[in-house]
Amino acid sequence: MENQLFTISVFTENQVSLLHQISMIFSRRCLNIESLSVSACSIPGVHKFTITCKSTRPMMEHVVKQIEKRIEVLRAFLHTDDEIVFQEVALYKVPTSSVLESGQIEDIVRQNGARVLEIQPEYTVFEKTGHTVEVKALFDRLKPLGLRQFVRSGRIAVTKATLELVDEFLERQEKRRDRLSR
Amino acid sequence: MRALIDQGVDKVFGYPGGQIMPVYDSLYDYSDKIQHYLARHEQGAIHAAEGFARASGKTGVVIATSGPGAMNLITGLNDALMDSTPVVAITGQVPSTLLGKDAFQESDVVSVTLPVTKWSILVRTPEEIAPAVAKAFYIANSGRPGPVVIDIAKDAQVGMAEYRHSSCNFIRSYDPKPEIDESAIQAAADMLNAAERPMILSGHGVTIAGAGSELIELAEKADIPVACTMLGLSSIPTAHPLNKGMLGMHGNLGPNINTNKADVILAVGMRFDDRVTGDTGKYAPGAKIIHIDIDSSEFDKTVGSDLHIHADAKEALGRIAALVNQTKHEAWVESFARHEKVETERVKKQELFPDNEDGKMHMGEVVNKVSEAFGHDAVLVTDVGQNQMFSVRYFSFSSPRSCISSGGLGTMGFGLPASIGAKIAVPERDVVLFVGDGGLQMTIEELGMIMEYNVGVKIILLNNNYLGNVRQWQELFFNSRYSATPMKNPDFVALANAYGIAGENVEHRDALGEAIERMKAHKGVYLLNVNIEEMGMIFPMTPGGHGVDEILLNSTEYYKPV
Ligand SMILES: Cc1ncc(C[n+]2csc(CCOP(=O)(O)OP(=O)(O)O)c2C)c(N)n1
Ligand SMILES: [Mg+2]
Repeated sequence: MENQLFTISVFTENQVSLLHQISMIFSRRCLNIESLSVSACSIPGVHKFTITCKSTRPMMEHVVKQIEKRIEVLRAFLHTDDEIVFQEVALYKVPTSSVLESGQIEDIVRQNGARVLEIQPEYTVFEKTGHTVEVKALFDRLKPLGLRQFVRSGRIAVTKATLELVDEFLERQEKRRDRLSR
Repeated sequence: MRALIDQGVDKVFGYPGGQIMPVYDSLYDYSDKIQHYLARHEQGAIHAAEGFARASGKTGVVIATSGPGAMNLITGLNDALMDSTPVVAITGQVPSTLLGKDAFQESDVVSVTLPVTKWSILVRTPEEIAPAVAKAFYIANSGRPGPVVIDIAKDAQVGMAEYRHSSCNFIRSYDPKPEIDESAIQAAADMLNAAERPMILSGHGVTIAGAGSELIELAEKADIPVACTMLGLSSIPTAHPLNKGMLGMHGNLGPNINTNKADVILAVGMRFDDRVTGDTGKYAPGAKIIHIDIDSSEFDKTVGSDLHIHADAKEALGRIAALVNQTKHEAWVESFARHEKVETERVKKQELFPDNEDGKMHMGEVVNKVSEAFGHDAVLVTDVGQNQMFSVRYFSFSSPRSCISSGGLGTMGFGLPASIGAKIAVPERDVVLFVGDGGLQMTIEELGMIMEYNVGVKIILLNNNYLGNVRQWQELFFNSRYSATPMKNPDFVALANAYGIAGENVEHRDALGEAIERMKAHKGVYLLNVNIEEMGMIFPMTPGGHGVDEILLNSTEYYKPV
């Protein structure tokens, strides 16, 4: 079966050791995490991990179940690119002199949809948000200008589905809590 | 301590040390309510806690100190995780101010134990202790049971906090009792009603859920033969006419062959382990598979299912039983007998009634005689190796929770301490341990625990002076090159005697019967060191990577059903 890039979103309680609990599920199976980003999400107290990984669908479905099995994980979901809206952000640091000499600042900004974050006599910082290929395109363009530093964030993503599956889970759990406390 | 008592704990196993001393100090005050059993090694303590849990269904508790104490628990934690055994391990940790500073006897217990536990937590303040204990017990013994660790920093142990009773029956991110999907129950019943050759595979989950009577009700009503995984043994009595024996690598011919003949398989509380399925590509090709499990991550993990029911086994089996038709599958049920007959003729007879002149015994005959002597109703505990395979094949069970063996991890050294825990949990029952000469020596220090607490287990040492299981594989697959498997052994009976434990050597088959009677009649612990034929082999056998119906009857001959 072909390897394919998958995005996994994991909703967890906000507690220590969760990153370890999730990453060990990948490392045990020799799966390389391509990108990872973690932050609070729209539900109070809930954190969201967005992970991308190249593998087969059966392996990724298995991994998602193993992640969900951890006690402090609420739910985990597997997505392909067509099911999500996603974005990355990248920063590029280039010597100001070479940017000015090239005379391309305006082209770079317009054609690549980039922004200039800071200009100092020594260096200029560009910012680009987009998909991996777009980020890479700007990288390729700035490389000849003597790119000094480059950093790209992990993917962040929201689903296209109208139903928020984690909400459904939380509602079900709240009902269960009510039943138990009665 | 009050938090433990609130959880109904009255027995704990453990071993003290610097960072857990405050806990031990307060244990001293509560010694009328909680009995502490001092093991001789932390691994012994946790296997005892596992044996306690497996025999009783209650959560086993083990206490250890930081660093080396906690690290010695790892094997047992992993064992308990693999075999879904509820264990709460309480470990001492260095004071919270020293965490991460490489303090004396500091280990990163949470990080090390996360992969081998269901849950693991570090407690740094006294206020957190009671809630953590309540949560730990809830997690350990709900849903699919498993081990949890509470690592308590020393300053949290000595700090003062007003004790507030804590209970836990809900965790937002955890749903241990899924609601049953009615349509799936109906679909399962429909599939079984339409089946001509249905079969039930009963796993450990049936025992854990206490679903034995529902299992039998369903099997009898719809006339469905039942096969057990190794840990599923005793979920249905051995003598039940629909119990067709054990699945897997050294299981019985009937259920293994018929797995590949069945048209509907209902798998309950089992996880299609590779020791059960052999090559999954050749597994149950003609069967629709219904899989019931409380742990949804087991569905389609190794073997795909046509229908899965995420539920407690007791509830699911009860509901399916109500919906199936009363029916008969005479020819199908009868078809197992054919294979049974071959197994009896070609394998069991030689094992149960051997006639070698030197009188050295076969493991099977010993197990069978002991089972008989205890009315086929003792609790069987085994170690790992040939002794284990022969025990589970030739011991008979009458009631649930009677088979305690390390399945998933196959932990040598499990047997002796687990038998101690089991006997402590169910003192009214006979507890019989079969152990090999290799495995006994892995945790032999626990004879000390037996001596100190007068634990009346019956120990049968199946002594072949070999790491027999490995030797068998060397004979079959490595040209009989016995690398590191022969063993020079001590005088085990003298060793037992040194601990004040009675015992005897059984050199010749003629002396076996009476020796077993003496062991049985003896009040308390007894060790039989049985002189086992060195070159014994466990058959039938499905070699690794083969299909479940590719079964060796002996070293060279595959079973060819006619
Ligand atoms: C802790 C551990 N180490 C190694 C093994 C591998 N192993 C499995 S069976 C076996 C031999 C067991 O020998 P013995 O206890 O004498 O039992 P026998 O097979 O002879 O009955 C070994 C070494 C294991 N299962 N567990
Ligand atoms: Mg041996």
